Amino acid sequence: MNLRGLMSVGWAEARVGLLQEMQFRVVGFLQLLGFLIEPIVLLVVWRTVSLQSGAIGNYSSDEIVAYYVVWTLVRAMNLALTPYVWEWWIQFGRVSHMLMHPTSVYWRSTMNFVGMKVLWFTMWLPVGATLFLVFRPNIVFTWRTFVFGFFALWGAYFVRASYQFLLGLIGFWTTRVAALFEVITMSEILLSGRLVPMSVMPEWVQSISDFLPFKWTFQFPIEVIIGRLAPSDVFIGWTFQAGWIVVLATSIGLVWKRAVRRYTAVGS
Amino acid sequence: MQIAILGGRQPLGLPDSVAMAAIEVTDLSKTYKVPVRESGLRNSVRSLFKREFREVLAVDRVSFEVPDGQLIGFLGPNGAGKSTTLKMLSGLLYPTSGQARVLGFDPRLREEAYRRRIALVMGNRNSLQWDLPVTDSFELQRAIYQVPKADFVRRRDEFVELLDVGDLITKPIRNLSLGERMKVEVIASLLHGPEVLFLDEPTLGLDVTMQKRLRGFIASYQKESGASIILTSHYMADVEALCDRIIVIHEGTILYDGDIEGLRSKFVSHRLISFGGNEVSEEMKRLSDSVEGTPERTILKVPNDNVAEVAALLLARGVYNLSIENVPLEDIIDMAFTADES
Repeated sequence: MNLRGLMSVGWAEARVGLLQEMQFRVVGFLQLLGFLIEPIVLLVVWRTVSLQSGAIGNYSSDEIVAYYVVWTLVRAMNLALTPYVWEWWIQFGRVSHMLMHPTSVYWRSTMNFVGMKVLWFTMWLPVGATLFLVFRPNIVFTWRTFVFGFFALWGAYFVRASYQFLLGLIGFWTTRVAALFEVITMSEILLSGRLVPMSVMPEWVQSISDFLPFKWTFQFPIEVIIGRLAPSDVFIGWTFQAGWIVVLATSIGLVWKRAVRRYTAVGS
Repeated sequence: MQIAILGGRQPLGLPDSVAMAAIEVTDLSKTYKVPVRESGLRNSVRSLFKREFREVLAVDRVSFEVPDGQLIGFLGPNGAGKSTTLKMLSGLLYPTSGQARVLGFDPRLREEAYRRRIALVMGNRNSLQWDLPVTDSFELQRAIYQVPKADFVRRRDEFVELLDVGDLITKPIRNLSLGERMKVEVIASLLHGPEVLFLDEPTLGLDVTMQKRLRGFIASYQKESGASIILTSHYMADVEALCDRIIVIHEGTILYDGDIEGLRSKFVSHRLISFGGNEVSEEMKRLSDSVEGTPERTILKVPNDNVAEVAALLLARGVYNLSIENVPLEDIIDMAFTADES
């Protein structure tokens, strides 16, 4: 399929994703609130700690507040198809129909979530506004905040969507992917800046995180938006994001060919 | 029921021997590896350390050809290997051994160009967007298959009219009945004008009226588009109404490949003659294999060679409500399976 065809399928999937989410607006909003409880709890805890100790890692009290307020936006924007869904798709044969279509399931599922994010972002706005009013984070909005942040957020989503998709493919070998996913999720929490900024972690943990994709999905876009990174660091971050997307997409392509050979679809 | 010609292919109208094969299958096999474990806690613990598997031969060296534009029926009991064969031909399952070519493509490779020219419809399965109106799913199909807008609109409107689903297409899929859902599933699968169509029990669970409607639609599509179709069904009415040829499959191997009349003559050597009353002469008993019935009606099971003679005797006697019937296809298939098992 040429680029134009790919874009038209992507657009159609994004449209479907948005329409699906709009069918269940209240459910979507409640789910989003559920996802946001985690950063709000972290925000309150680390703000209290930072007020007592003056700083956390190399983050001032004001910066730690800004970090977790922006965290809520990043969380809403980097949500992606999980291996749990893959497990269900494969176990109940739902993936059969997708395999018959002459388009990439990776591309379609990724773009489907892009459409959903339009609604999630809209629903995040009042939540974000409330957090800004209550916690008053010290963020200076400039055109750079929006332009750099825009690309860093989408980069974060595509990296996260890619490694979650790759994990989901394990479902073709075992229909119990969830256990492995739990391990990966724990690694992500510790090595992405999701729990605390990486600068709070020991140096050896930071070194490990340099070789993994996780921190480009949480810490990097947060730091871009709160203005902690110089333009040159932002460009380096984008390069890493792009590199991870290429590596993961290539891996997906290779694994996919073997995965579909193992599909059994008995009775479905 | 009429459908305008779809795509660039015309019905060939050629005898089978002349028409090229749309589907060629040679020694195709599929073996599933299935985990096995006895019940109970002890076996459960043992399976933690040593897992045992059993190999199930679902399809065993199946070979056949489907000429361009033919509609064939795949018959067999549950687990016979019908769906597995269809899924291998569509590229959904990877065969263990053997070869297949469909429209010149190797389905194992799952090429995009191949998937663009075929469709697989699975009865009682939903492939459309559950929460969205049908029209949104149709639009997505258009994008996926890159169908030009004008072709898409023409086909969609024709199919919607033919299957009388105009009132349904603005409803979410989840609000449709099973029959309604199958109609829109079939429409969605044909919007790109597939040249080969695999129909896996498309009428499963539908009422008689709905089955008939869907059957008529499929027949028209095949006739007008010249598509090659393989249909599996448990309903003999589907097969009798639609198929030029049937393949009977049992325990993964082909028992019969030919037309319905050929199947009758292979497995059934008699017909059923019934008439009002219960008077049966000695001559008729001698010419028949068996005599059954009630005081009001008699049924004679008569060898094919004697049918004309028995009918003549009955007509000469002036019996009323005389009928000569073939053994129902269901019974013939059952005989075929029984013969294979014995």
